[in-house]
Amino acid sequence: MKHKVPPPYTAVQGHGVFPKASHDEAARYDFLANFNNYLAVRLSAGNKRVYDKRVVPAFIREHGRPPETRTEVRLAMNKDPWHRFWSAMKRNSMEMRQHNGRQIALRQLDELDARARQFNEGRATLQLDPSVEIPRYQAVNDIHCMPGSYHGEERPGDISTGANYDSGFFATTAGMVGALSDGGGVAIAEWAKQQKPGWKPRRILDLGCTIGHNVVPIALAFPDAEVIAIDTAGASLRYAHARAQSLGAKNLTFIQMNAEDLSRFPEGHFDWVQTTMFLHELSTSALPKILKQAYRVLAPGGLMLHVEQPQYTEDMPLYEQFIRDWDAYNNNEPFWSVMHDLDIPKIMEDTGFPRESQFETGVVAIVDEKIFPKAEQGAAGEDHGRAPVWNAYGAWRPQ
Amino acid sequence: MTTDQTNDGIDWIASAPKRAKGKRPEYFDDQALDLLTSTTMALAAEVSVLRQRLDTVERLLDARQLVRREDVENFVPDAEGAYERGVATKAYVARIMRGMTQAMDELVADERPVEEVIEEVRNL
Repeated sequence: MKHKVPPPYTAVQGHGVFPKASHDEAARYDFLANFNNYLAVRLSAGNKRVYDKRVVPAFIREHGRPPETRTEVRLAMNKDPWHRFWSAMKRNSMEMRQHNGRQIALRQLDELDARARQFNEGRATLQLDPSVEIPRYQAVNDIHCMPGSYHGEERPGDISTGANYDSGFFATTAGMVGALSDGGGVAIAEWAKQQKPGWKPRRILDLGCTIGHNVVPIALAFPDAEVIAIDTAGASLRYAHARAQSLGAKNLTFIQMNAEDLSRFPEGHFDWVQTTMFLHELSTSALPKILKQAYRVLAPGGLMLHVEQPQYTEDMPLYEQFIRDWDAYNNNEPFWSVMHDLDIPKIMEDTGFPRESQFETGVVAIVDEKIFPKAEQGAAGEDHGRAPVWNAYGAWRPQ
Repeated sequence: MTTDQTNDGIDWIASAPKRAKGKRPEYFDDQALDLLTSTTMALAAEVSVLRQRLDTVERLLDARQLVRREDVENFVPDAEGAYERGVATKAYVARIMRGMTQAMDELVADERPVEEVIEEVRNL
C-alpha cells in the first residue's frame, strides 16, 4: 500500500528572503509535521473516546446531568489524564516548531536582513510608521505562542519574526497550504474569478496581512489592481514586503497602520476589502469597529470577504466546540473563543450590509497536488485551528 | 553549518528557545511531568533527525557506490563484531534503565536520609 505522508520540508518553495533550513532543521520540521498529523488524525478519536467513556459519565455522577457548556466540557476534560497528555504534547509541538523556526531565522539573520534591505530600502511600496501602537489585544500575549509575536524584533529593524513565521507554516499545516504557504490566498483569488468572471477590481485592501502570504496570490491574480495590505506590526511588514517583491507582486503596497482607523482612505475607495484568519486575533470592541471601517471604505458593488475557521453555533455539538477551542486556552489565542461565538452576519448587518447581500462559503486551500496533499473538506480528524479548510463570510455591497 | 553568530552577537542558541509571552497551562499536577514531557519530546525529535541524517549518508554512499543500502540492510556481523555490538547494546540498556534499577536496589538497602548521615559524620 501507498502510505499518506506529509510532503518533505525540502519541497518548500523559497523566495528572496526565505530562511534556508539546514539538513537537520528540515528533518526536525519533518518530524513535527508527522507528529502533528499523528496527534490530529490518528489520536483525535482518543479525545472523543475519553469524553464519551470517562468524562461525561463522571460529570453525570457528580452533577446529575451532562455538561451543558463547552467551558464545562473543557474543565472536565482537563482532569482526564489521556487528554492532559495529548494537550501537553500538542503544546510542546507548537513550542518546538517555534524553537526550530527561530533557530533557522536567527542564525542567518545578518544575511536575511541584508537581503530584505535590498528589496525594502527607499521603496514607496513599504510605508512604515513607528508611531503606530501595538493594540492591547495583540500585545497582551504572544499570539499562537510565537515568541515576540508579529511585532517582535531581536534587534531594531530586523525581519526575524517574519522569517520564523514563514519558515514554520509547513510544519504546523503538514504542507497542506502549499509550497509557499499561500494555498488560502490562491483559493480566494480563484473563487473571486469564478464568482465574477472578467472582474477588474481597481483597488483591493487586505486587513491584518502579517507576512502577506495570502494577499500576494491575490495581487498576482489581479495585476491591474492597486493592492494595499495593512498591519500594525512593522516587523512583519518588512518581511512581507521583501517577500512580495521577490515573488513579483509589484502592485502591492504594505502600510503599517491600525485597521480600527481607516480614515486616511476616502469613502468607497476599494472594490474589495478582506481579511484572512484575522478576526479571531482582535477584541470584542475592535472587531465591529474594524468591520464598520471596512464597510465605509468599500465601494458600492464591492466585495467584503472574511475568511475564518467555522463559527460555533447552537447546533454544533459541545464536544466539537470544545476541541475547536483548544487554541484559545493552549496556544495563546485569547479572542479565539469569544470570536467564534459572535454572530458575524448580524455584525455585518449592523455595519450596513443587508442580510440579502451577505453569503457564506467554504474555502479549501489550492495547492500543487503533485507535491502537496489536497485538503478534504470535513475530513475526519482535521487539525482544528490549522486546517486548510476555512469558512468565508462575505457580502457584495449593494449599489 | 549552524554554528555562526550574527555580527552584532545575537546568540541563536540562547535566543531561539525564548518563551512566548502568556502563562503556560499546567498539564500535570507535578511540574516535573510537564518538564519531563518537554525533554522527552525534544529527544524524540532528535532521534528522528538523526535517523534522517543517517539515511542521507546511506543514500549518498549508495549513489557513489561506496556502500550499498542493500548491504547495510543485509549486514550480518561476524562473531567478534556481534559480541562487541551485544556489549554496546547491553551497556546502553543499563544506561537508560539506571533510574529504575537504582530505585529497585534502594528498596533493599538499609539507608538513612542524608541529613541523618551528615549529622553522624559531624559527630564522628
